[in-house]
Amino acid sequence: MLLSWMAWTWPTAVFFLFIVTAITSMGVWEHYSPGGGPRRGVLGLDTTRGDRLFISVLGSAFIHLAWLGFMGTPLWGGLILSIILFVVVFKWV
Amino acid sequence: MIDKTTNQKAWFLVAPVVVLVAFNALIPLMTVVNYSVQETFGDNIFFWEGVKWFEQVLHSERFHDSLLRQLSFTSIILLIEVPLGVAVALSMPKKGPWVSVCLVLMALPLLIPWNVVGAMWNIFALPDIGLLGRMINGIGFDYNFTQQPTAAWFTVILMDVWHWTSLVTLLAYAGLCSIPDAYYQAARIDGASSWSVFRYIQLPKMKRVLTIAILLRFMDSFMIYTEPFVLTGGGPGNSTTFLSIDLVKIALGQFDLGPAAAMSLIYFLIILLLSWVFYTLMMRNEEQ
Repeated sequence: MLLSWMAWTWPTAVFFLFIVTAITSMGVWEHYSPGGGPRRGVLGLDTTRGDRLFISVLGSAFIHLAWLGFMGTPLWGGLILSIILFVVVFKWV
Repeated sequence: MIDKTTNQKAWFLVAPVVVLVAFNALIPLMTVVNYSVQETFGDNIFFWEGVKWFEQVLHSERFHDSLLRQLSFTSIILLIEVPLGVAVALSMPKKGPWVSVCLVLMALPLLIPWNVVGAMWNIFALPDIGLLGRMINGIGFDYNFTQQPTAAWFTVILMDVWHWTSLVTLLAYAGLCSIPDAYYQAARIDGASSWSVFRYIQLPKMKRVLTIAILLRFMDSFMIYTEPFVLTGGGPGNSTTFLSIDLVKIALGQFDLGPAAAMSLIYFLIILLLSWVFYTLMMRNEEQ
């Protein structure tokens, strides 16, 4: 197969699908409500929606790594914390 | 309000860059992510391993050690190169024929290929035949970078400072040259000391270029490979095995592609996080 050298698996494909969906929906959101919704959040940072997505995704990566390092598998706890992070960041940061 | 005509067709002009980035960054990165959750013995046969490699890397003493070495190296060179670069830029002439001489001299180290820099410093610092090594031994210090970890660190840091301080200098110099004369005249009228001129005029005006300089130096030094590889090969022992050298040892030396992929992703996330923190902090100061 053409893509066999990339060694795709379902979980990694779902992960990238999530990233692509997130970026696309940011585009759609921007189309209906332009300007990026800039504000100064609780951390004193000026953020737009894109910044908030970046902070959430990067933060989730580190939450998962920390969960794996300290608690081990399974990673559901890390996933729940990450979802909480997403909500908190998009609401207040 | 000005009515701007929006023409979204301009986005097509970005398409070549998107394709290029897809081929040289996105697709390889995706492949690394795929490799990081699998085991392979070559021949495109893969076995699902889940997050085992990530767990292994996170608990690996070897990874902790090279990360610590990497962080120390990067902090040391940033602490030396940024103030030194600014100091050199301040002492460079602003007008006259010496400007081009200084600029060319400063640009020279940046033009030398990285492996050549490593090879040059290797020969330069050899204790028996190298000019530097011979000299240090001659004035009474016991110096042998192939056997002493401290000497190896000293040489690697000196080499990096020699190679990259010019970048900070050139950027800082560009920042200095963009300050209009009116600021200096105002400072002279107020009788400002040279420290106040530096603190309240030159430094704030250089902030933007220094942000870029620090970010570039941070990322480059955090990913440094060629120069220490040629100079010390990561030795003596493991004393100068930085993250990238360790990564190559795992990936190509031991051919453990899964753990190497997991390690490179963690490495990438650390660089991303630190760059973001640096950038955010410096941009925040700018507004205040």
